[in-house]
Amino acid sequence: MSVSVQITQRLGDFALDASFESAGGVTALFGPSGCGKTSVINAIAGLSKPDAGHIRLGDQVLFDSETDVFVPPHKRRIGYVFQEPRLFPHMSVGQNIGYGRPNQLYSTRGDGGLAVLGIEHLLERYPRDLSGGEAQRVAIGRALTSQPKVLLMDEPLAALDDARKAEFLPYLQALVAKTSVPVFYVSHAMSEVAQLADHLVVMRDGRVARSGELAQILSDPAAISDIGVREAGAILNVTVAQADASDGLSVLATSAGRLFLPRVQAEDGRAMRVRIRASDVILSKDKPDGLSALNILPCTVTQLHEGQGPGVAVALRSGEDALMARITRRSARTMGLKAGLSCYAVIKSVSVAPSDMGERGAG
Amino acid sequence: MLGLGPEEWAAVWLSLRVSIVATLAILPLAIWVAHLLARREFVGKGVVNALVLLPLVLPPVVTGYLLLLTFGTQGAVGGFLSNLGIVFAFRWTGAALAAAIMAFPLMVRAIRLGFEASDPKLEQAATTLGASPWRVFRTITLPAALPSVIAGAVLGFAKAMGEFGATITFVAAIPGQTQTIPSAIYAFLQVPGGESQAGKLVLVSLVIALGAVAVSEWVARKVAGRRV
Repeated sequence: MSVSVQITQRLGDFALDASFESAGGVTALFGPSGCGKTSVINAIAGLSKPDAGHIRLGDQVLFDSETDVFVPPHKRRIGYVFQEPRLFPHMSVGQNIGYGRPNQLYSTRGDGGLAVLGIEHLLERYPRDLSGGEAQRVAIGRALTSQPKVLLMDEPLAALDDARKAEFLPYLQALVAKTSVPVFYVSHAMSEVAQLADHLVVMRDGRVARSGELAQILSDPAAISDIGVREAGAILNVTVAQADASDGLSVLATSAGRLFLPRVQAEDGRAMRVRIRASDVILSKDKPDGLSALNILPCTVTQLHEGQGPGVAVALRSGEDALMARITRRSARTMGLKAGLSCYAVIKSVSVAPSDMGERGAG
Repeated sequence: MLGLGPEEWAAVWLSLRVSIVATLAILPLAIWVAHLLARREFVGKGVVNALVLLPLVLPPVVTGYLLLLTFGTQGAVGGFLSNLGIVFAFRWTGAALAAAIMAFPLMVRAIRLGFEASDPKLEQAATTLGASPWRVFRTITLPAALPSVIAGAVLGFAKAMGEFGATITFVAAIPGQTQTIPSAIYAFLQVPGGESQAGKLVLVSLVIALGAVAVSEWVARKVAGRRV
């Protein structure tokens, strides 16, 4: 289902002026805190009313200032997962989950999206007896049970510590892979976005800086300033060749060669996404020999992009995949890098964090 | 029991009836006004707030006199209502009306605190789950404010039990009709040798007051047991 958002809204000193289209799937709204991500999904949910513009979901008009349409939030069939679980304290987990579908049965087992959440043993408990991760899983289950036409998630992992986040992300991945409704996922963490999203909307100061297919934006060196030099990096689509190599590594096959990365929790043959940060890639004109780094992929330079600082973003093609490297301007000049040049990309195995590897197939 | 005579018993039952009816009848209005004042911004909010508090700051005798002017059989509203067969003046219903009006500001203030402390984020969550504003109020807002509603109701009941000035001005103190415990105690104290009867009613007041507090504590604990 396609989604079209074009809204302007004044919120105190802050001016929101956002417009983007998405073909459906998982759309990530990415940007620093205070850039207006949450304001956008609040407008989609109907919790706030923009001053002007429109919000369309498929052929349904949720808001249009010209024809004076504003569907009230409780009639929008929205599933909203907030930063905090927001469970109703006076209701059991089961009652919380059933709230969106009064007088109807729901199942936490079977093929439904709820089964992957692993919450069926919690139904009798009250929210005060849940851990942070459990509560957030229940909140997601509650949003899904109302059979929404669109799922909004506002940093659903924000309230969790890093260990819980790593534990939770696979649930989320399995869930968004299973659900057929459009998902809007708000986050300032690129590792989450890279694992979950199909479409990326980068926001800055209340405006949309970039909107497009995730892989395309992440491999566009011109986008590096919007994403942040530390977060920028392309996504490699890989297949697990040998998940359990004896030395704590996994062997992953890419279109240009093999990668050795820290152990992944997936069976052989599984398609995965791996995000390689631009700052973790070293370039060499000749095939390096006697390096400690295990991963050396042959590539071709496709584009160089100079920003404001001392760095240069280098877009590379490695087999079918795109890579990106961020090196100093000085090195680029010394090496004589230019589009079309063949070189080798060196990636240090241990610099790829587990949170950058996920089971979302070629997206 | 307690050696109460029929006249004293009449006062006790009348007080209980007047206070319970007054509290229950005015409670929905108090909840609505409290919610309005806690959550809505509207023109004239200050005026509404002042009107609500008026019975608290006016001398009760003045409130009773104003009630007599308005709801007496000659009064603007009272005259109209008496045509419909509803009479307040010098009836127990009048005592209940006076008690309700005197209890109203206390109830609104207590309940309003509950609405102000409850989290609108939960209401937003309920709204996104498809709940209409009325269902959100019924299932989320009101349960969250329930301890305050109970506190307000108990406070209102206690005020109604103790109401004297407005009641005696509006409906006098006719034994068996409008003579509540406070006006009965006052009447006994005016008669030589009435101290022992007055003392018994004082004892009954004490028992009812303590009972009301105990019941409210029990209910509040039951409610609180189900939440964080």
